[in-house]
Amino acid sequence: MTRVAARWAALVSLTVVTLAFVGPFLWVVLASLQPEANLTAKPTFRFSLENYAAVLNWETVFRPVINSIIISGTTAVLTVVVAGLAAYPLSRYKLRFKRHFMLTLLFTTGLPVTAIMVPVYSMFFRFNLYGSVPAMVLFLAASALPFAIWMMKNFMDGVPVSLEEAAWVDGAGWVRSLLRVVAPLMAPGVAVVTIFVFVGQWGNFFVPFVLLDTPEKQPAAVTIYTFFSQYGQVAYGQLAAFSIIYTAPAVVLYVAVNKYLAGSFSFAGSVKG
Amino acid sequence: MTVSTVTPPRLAGSPGRGEPRRRARTTLRRLLPLVPALILLVVFMAGPILWSVYIAFTNETLTGSASVNSRFVGVDNFVKMFGDEDFRNSLLLTFVFVVGSAVVGQNTLGLIIALLQRGRGRVVRSVVNGVVIAAWVVPEVVAAACWFSFLSEEGTLNEVLGAIGLSQDWLFTAPMIAIILANVWRGTAFSMLVYSAALSDVPGELLEAAAVDGATTWRRLVHVTLPLIRRSILSNLMLITLQTLASFGLIYALTGGGPGTASQTTPLYMYEQAFRYFEIGYGSAMALVMLVIGAVFSLVYLRLIKVDG
Repeated sequence: MTRVAARWAALVSLTVVTLAFVGPFLWVVLASLQPEANLTAKPTFRFSLENYAAVLNWETVFRPVINSIIISGTTAVLTVVVAGLAAYPLSRYKLRFKRHFMLTLLFTTGLPVTAIMVPVYSMFFRFNLYGSVPAMVLFLAASALPFAIWMMKNFMDGVPVSLEEAAWVDGAGWVRSLLRVVAPLMAPGVAVVTIFVFVGQWGNFFVPFVLLDTPEKQPAAVTIYTFFSQYGQVAYGQLAAFSIIYTAPAVVLYVAVNKYLAGSFSFAGSVKG
Repeated sequence: MTVSTVTPPRLAGSPGRGEPRRRARTTLRRLLPLVPALILLVVFMAGPILWSVYIAFTNETLTGSASVNSRFVGVDNFVKMFGDEDFRNSLLLTFVFVVGSAVVGQNTLGLIIALLQRGRGRVVRSVVNGVVIAAWVVPEVVAAACWFSFLSEEGTLNEVLGAIGLSQDWLFTAPMIAIILANVWRGTAFSMLVYSAALSDVPGELLEAAAVDGATTWRRLVHVTLPLIRRSILSNLMLITLQTLASFGLIYALTGGGPGTASQTTPLYMYEQAFRYFEIGYGSAMALVMLVIGAVFSLVYLRLIKVDG
């Protein structure tokens, strides 16, 4: 095969792949804008924002989205604060079981959280925590911690210790030097981990589905599922509009951290510890 | 792990001088910031795992008399599980799902896309990356809604296939293929990104040298590129297997495990037993089996990657 032919073959294949990936998206975008949408993605020339107007009310969109913001936001902040604290001794001191601890964390990131949900539910039920949003947030933060500690430690390792030494000479303890010297310098890292945890929880369906009892507490992930599982009587245009509204923040935040995340994919090959 | 390790000058002193008690106190003070993380991890991660080990050996339920006094039943749950036709069916379906959508689907497609993108212009790469990653960023419930509309009886695919008389209700006639395709669509981005990173580390001179020696594109791939990125391939396989093994939301929202039990993978069967029939003890026994399978893959992953330090 000549070079030119190979180039064209690659371009044609990439076009096919792109079209195949675009296919399933067509419906959600088109249907959200069509007043009489059904399940087929069919371009018509009657577009309106009727579906968006119909779902923009307290029960359908505002309450679930606010719940999602509260759940994902508090989980992200809690995770980052706790992971940041934990990363400090792991990054700065020589500790005896550090390597074992870091490897155990990495091992934990591989365990299927889905499998833990039965015992978690049973524990929450016993201790009267079933339906409690704060208790669920603590669980979500715990499940996000192993990976967050890894990321925070790697970012913290990038902050030179020499800068802290000046603070130590001035008599600052670890709290002061962490807050005044390390935290500002690793702000981009903190932002990446926060957004990473936030987006992860934004899409989380299973945990709130199992641990929360009433629709008033549910985040958008569960509300959309409820909306869409009423087979036969679903207003598909509205479902599509709701899906777009719910997906948009995840996409925007992903784009924001995209260039920082790119580096973490060599992760699968080797890990800096 | 020693690169950035440092001892604050104040505490360094000369190591021989500090009496043991003071050293112990220093160590404890240094470990203080780890405490909140340890509490959360012990209570909410280690706790449930140990709890599942305990209740898997009881007849814990949420209804009936056993909900008040569950009692120890030994290995009954495990005996029941391996005699349970539906459980064995779910394991088989999980195996098919993992092999089909992760090992074959996402892994191969991700590698092919990453290979095809090499040497392409920036516009082409941005468009392809953008679309593939978009499918990955979309929340799983929305991904399920997209695929539901695409495959359902009045859906987009049938609208296209109707012209040649092939239309049918795909979610009923081919539920496993439906969930496998949906998961390939959703997960390929991860493998693509891993392979793009790995391929960028393959030295161009090696490939050129092979080309000068007359190696075809195929031989260069098999004998030069693939051996060089073999660690990435293996770790990627472990990671996507772990992610796919635990997949719940996408399958649950798309087919609900049906029709009947035709696409009921182990997480869905566990969910049904534990939360619909409230067989918590039985559900925990299944959870334990999944945890053990996950732990094995996770350990293999740890052996594969090289942790510096």
